[in-house]
Amino acid sequence: MQRLRFDPDICLKCDTVDCIMRCQYIHLDQDRAKEEHDRLVRGQMSSILHECVTCYACEEYCPHGNHPFYLIVERQEELGVHPVPKPIEKSQVTMMGPRGKIRRKEVHDPVINMCFFDMMRGGIRGRIFEGVSTIGGPDIFCNLMFLHFARNSTIKERLPVVIENIMKFHLEPSGVNELICYHDECYGTYTSWAPAFGIEVPFKPVHLFDFMLRRMLELKDEIRPLGFTVAYQRPCSSRLCPETDSLIDDLFALIGVQRPNRRYEYDRALCCGGVIDAAQRFDLAEENRRKNVEDMRATGAQYAVFNCPFCFWTLAEPVMKAGMVPIMISDLCLMAFGQ
Amino acid sequence: MDRIHNRLEEIVGKDYVSCSAEERFIYSRDQGVQEPSEPDYVVLPATPEEVRDIVLLANEAKIPVVPMGGGLVLSGLTIPLKGGIVLDMKRMNRVLEVNENSHYAVVEAGTSQGMLDAYLRKHHPGLKHSLPDAPPVATIAGNIAIHGSGHLSQSEGGFHSEMVTGLEVVLPTGELVKLGSSSTVPGWFSRAPLPDLAGLFLGWNGTTGVITKVGIKLFPRQAHHDVLIFMTEDVDAAPDILFRVIHTGMAEDINYALSPKPDYLRGFQMIVINVTAHREDELALKIRIIRESLRPYFETKEAGFMPMPPNMKAGLLEVPQKALSKFADVRKGGGFEYVGAIMPLERIPDACRAGMEITERNGITYSLGARIIGRGHSAMFFFAYPFNRADLDEIRRVRSALEETNEASIKLGGIPWKAEAAGQKLILNSMEPATYTLMKKIRTLLDPNGIMNPGNWEV
Repeated sequence: MQRLRFDPDICLKCDTVDCIMRCQYIHLDQDRAKEEHDRLVRGQMSSILHECVTCYACEEYCPHGNHPFYLIVERQEELGVHPVPKPIEKSQVTMMGPRGKIRRKEVHDPVINMCFFDMMRGGIRGRIFEGVSTIGGPDIFCNLMFLHFARNSTIKERLPVVIENIMKFHLEPSGVNELICYHDECYGTYTSWAPAFGIEVPFKPVHLFDFMLRRMLELKDEIRPLGFTVAYQRPCSSRLCPETDSLIDDLFALIGVQRPNRRYEYDRALCCGGVIDAAQRFDLAEENRRKNVEDMRATGAQYAVFNCPFCFWTLAEPVMKAGMVPIMISDLCLMAFGQ
Repeated sequence: MDRIHNRLEEIVGKDYVSCSAEERFIYSRDQGVQEPSEPDYVVLPATPEEVRDIVLLANEAKIPVVPMGGGLVLSGLTIPLKGGIVLDMKRMNRVLEVNENSHYAVVEAGTSQGMLDAYLRKHHPGLKHSLPDAPPVATIAGNIAIHGSGHLSQSEGGFHSEMVTGLEVVLPTGELVKLGSSSTVPGWFSRAPLPDLAGLFLGWNGTTGVITKVGIKLFPRQAHHDVLIFMTEDVDAAPDILFRVIHTGMAEDINYALSPKPDYLRGFQMIVINVTAHREDELALKIRIIRESLRPYFETKEAGFMPMPPNMKAGLLEVPQKALSKFADVRKGGGFEYVGAIMPLERIPDACRAGMEITERNGITYSLGARIIGRGHSAMFFFAYPFNRADLDEIRRVRSALEETNEASIKLGGIPWKAEAAGQKLILNSMEPATYTLMKKIRTLLDPNGIMNPGNWEV
């Protein structure tokens, strides 16, 4: 079984404890944060394991790249802390599991991996996505969502098979080496989680924003600036690849929309609240959503843009009620092409 | 052409009588496992007077009359067990009156659930009636006659028969009578304070007369809706969970479900809670109160509210629910047996166990569940067994499961709902002798020639 590449000495010597002190959901003073953090590192029960909303942010906050969030998930699982009720956890493990029904499909560059979000395939259209191949379905689902369920073990068990499926049924037979990840979650899996657990990724993962930016630069002359103010809902998995967050700025600049200066933006982005609901912390989830949407609205944003479908499903209704239009990033960019 | 056929043509017109083989075949069966039995005539009357004339003719000729609504009862109650006339009521499908202030509608007996719902949405958008989770062609009269239930049965007073404000009935001897307030004054607003004669026609499976009009209660149609699903693996926790949710007084409809499909829900008890409100903040408050009622469960992490994507939520907010209709054809081939049992809530865990044992023993698939009735006064527990009508062995196994389920329901302290003729005998065998005798006296009095749906409630 794959082990987390984690150095306890780095953590035990860390005085700033950024992973906890910068957390927007766990509120401890410095001494207490260090104490609880060190308990975690030593494999002991810690309040952090119960308080964590699994927003992934501490992966971004750690200045040492020592994977504090993956460690939290490891410890939750080892110590039997279930962030989400067990029946929901069990049903999700079955629902999202591989079906063993994958078939060989010829693809060609560029290939977009829709992951489990095959139902979003309709969004892969128009000028930006002309000529792309898509793959998707439960047999190539990255399973990273089980970080929210204290189930690193599920990812460890399934991911090697997922990678093998992608290669064997799609990329190898077609001689393709690059895989564009529709969802941050997949990109984070292949660029962060897999290396952290020593799993080799034999293809080159490409972030959707990166692909879109390249395409749109090629088609720059066709772009008509939109002139909107657009609030961006940064998804949790973006914390695993924070370098991609600036690509949103580039995309926005290209289509002529303004990313307003929000309070809950960049490294202070708030979770959409979906997993907090799943953890049955309804008041916190509601408060979180309220703060998030009010912050969006306060900027005068006309649109709220999403990359993660789950964030979209969670926030679309409150966003609409607040007078903004919820939209996926791919659709927003297509609007700049008059599509 | 025989004499009766000619007389029927004189009553309803030649386009609305048939004794052709095709028609007799279609009307000889339903989607359940009961053996087919052909009628001699199929008739579609248009007025209560035509119904009366048909009943008088049947008395004269001593032939059975079997009233039929949507024909969706699944347990053979509209199969003419002893031949005779099937009285298909679908032409009598007008909404005659809606009283907004007094919250009732008067409909003809062939009016379908879908028709009344569409009519109310169009002309009285602030009102709704309680819809069963049946296809929209199910009729109002058919459903109240079998003590059906629906999405307002939890919060608004119980079985649909309890929502009846009055009836118009053709007695087996041909008299056209009104029951309830409309018998005495204009208006179909109440069965009280008169002697409650409507009960002579509710639950009798068409053996005491032909319902021609129904007064039915209407309720406010709220603008805001939401649905919650609470999951647990502990079958014995279900009654307490249901009790807690019921006692909040915040839920419109509460259903319990257990199904082996889809795979990710196998083994989980699902409590589906529908909430409605006039205002958004009212809806939020109701949801909050319901969630709080179950805090002791979800804090242990042994149970909890399931997060739902919008498409799943949208499906669960539909009234009637299409999921059951889809499940009905899961085996393909159009067969569906839906055995219900009315029972106290505390028997739900044992009913689940019994249902699973019976289906496993008979090698059939299932969906089990319950709708809470009248704020927890009882539950309509269902054992749904889909089957392929082309598979004779499967039909045999489902029939065996049906018989075992009826027996198990009574042993559990429940009573089979809309039971087929054999199930009715089972119920009668368990009935107090004095009650049985009273039923017999009533039938003999009302139907001296025994023409009304013979083979059912044979006392």
